[in-house]
Amino acid sequence: MLWVLIALLPGCITMIWQFGYGVLFNIIICLSTAVVAEAWMLKLRGRNIKPFISDLSAVVTALLLALALPTIAPWWLPFVGTLIAIVIAKHLYGGLGYNPFNPAMVAFAVLMVSFPKNMTVWVLPSSLLANDIGLAETAQLVFSSLSSSPIIDSITAATPLDEMKTRLNLSQTTDEIRHAAIFSNIAGEGWQWVSLAYLAGGCLLIGKKVISWHIPVSLLAGLFIASSIAYLVEPSISPSPLFHLLSGGAMLGAFFIATDPVTAATTLKGRIIYGLLIGLMSYIIRTWGGYPEGIAFAVLLINMTVPMIDQYTRPRVYGHK
Amino acid sequence: MDSYRQILKNGLWVNNQAFVALLGLCPLLAVSNTLINGLGLGIATTLTLILSNTLISLVRQQVGGEIRLPVFVLIIASIVTIIELIMNAYFYELYLILGIFIPLIVTNCAIIGRAEAYASKNPVGASAMDGLSMGLGFTAALVLLGALREMIGSGTLFANAHLMFGEAASGMTLTLIDDYEGFLLAILPPGAFIGLGLLIALKNVIDKRLAKPSQQTVTVDFATKKA
Repeated sequence: MLWVLIALLPGCITMIWQFGYGVLFNIIICLSTAVVAEAWMLKLRGRNIKPFISDLSAVVTALLLALALPTIAPWWLPFVGTLIAIVIAKHLYGGLGYNPFNPAMVAFAVLMVSFPKNMTVWVLPSSLLANDIGLAETAQLVFSSLSSSPIIDSITAATPLDEMKTRLNLSQTTDEIRHAAIFSNIAGEGWQWVSLAYLAGGCLLIGKKVISWHIPVSLLAGLFIASSIAYLVEPSISPSPLFHLLSGGAMLGAFFIATDPVTAATTLKGRIIYGLLIGLMSYIIRTWGGYPEGIAFAVLLINMTVPMIDQYTRPRVYGHK
Repeated sequence: MDSYRQILKNGLWVNNQAFVALLGLCPLLAVSNTLINGLGLGIATTLTLILSNTLISLVRQQVGGEIRLPVFVLIIASIVTIIELIMNAYFYELYLILGIFIPLIVTNCAIIGRAEAYASKNPVGASAMDGLSMGLGFTAALVLLGALREMIGSGTLFANAHLMFGEAASGMTLTLIDDYEGFLLAILPPGAFIGLGLLIALKNVIDKRLAKPSQQTVTVDFATKKA
């Protein structure tokens, strides 16, 4: 788990560099809540606290949630989210190893369904901001009531995925949309760097043999194939495959979320099916669903199919037919 | 025959239809998004239970084994129709909110369950009491879950109280937190499942605490649950 944290570092740093200190606050709130909640749940369940805390699984969950949340969020959003992830999605199911759904993504989905207004407000990448928001100013935004702040409209915007969807619904073409400032021609100002940083971190994980290549590669392939077909058939209303791969949570999801050893498929063939299904499902949700980003819901939906995937892809035992 | 106290305890706690028998979950989960909705459906269900248990107990000698279920369903359906018409006449707005779940009381397994398990085998008085206590237990579950979901979901209590108690009660609505943004999930169906699960867990914890002093109670509890 330590290597997962290390591999997430480039992504964290790029996020903070591109989107400001709001990310830092998310990380701090999520991590501290997670450790306290994990210790509390372990105590309630009469387990040894030390070995379970030091396996860092709660920290990884919290960090993934923090990186998936909007770049500026009122303090209670990461707090409530982390509680849901640790208490409901993890310990109520029996703790580490027993949870059928990825805890960070359960929390993300709950927050998305419950607080759609707060979950779609993202700070503009710093290169598009007129003047930077300092640490003190961010703290003020996070801990006072964010939505009533007078400057909030000038520093936030929809994410590229959200913007793309809204404008496509207004029957604009991708060519027209692509030239808006937040897209910077490929996948969104700031976003493409963050995605590349996750990609680098993911490659480190594969290189260190912490995760196998099957899930990330097949997930990205699923997304790539689906979006390429659409792009070849109808380029005017379908964003390019590169846009799909480099914006939103595709890279984070492929390398860090879908590969969660507890909730992912375990057989080799199963992992490829699992990854392809998530990629395909993300594309479907992004294109036709009600929410702009589909990775979280796709991971949860495919988590449900994991027992069946494993059942049918179990390798033949030597000597049996 | 059980004593009335025992029947009451059975319905409210030991064999609570919602928390222990897990019967009638469909209406329980669907209309418990506010306290008042829960209370409304709870009272309607309680009335149905008392009347159906009484009537079924009255005819229990005449109705033979093979046709008892259709007869029970007919009796329950007639009672529900009467209650539906009464609600339509006197609590029209609440009737609109509860909608399909009032006629669906017919299919509430708690009612046919009590008819089959209790009223068809016991005298009238005990059966009516059983209907009352089971109904009260079910209402308590609906009200508790409704209150929990309403508090978390929209930060109020007793919202829309005027639907049940007339205009005078419209001031009863308590706003617990000002400017509460609302935890939408609690009002949506998943919130009902999570809330019910937590309440059942709470009940089990209390049972365990109560059972600790003497080991005997554990076996007794277990036996009644099985029955």
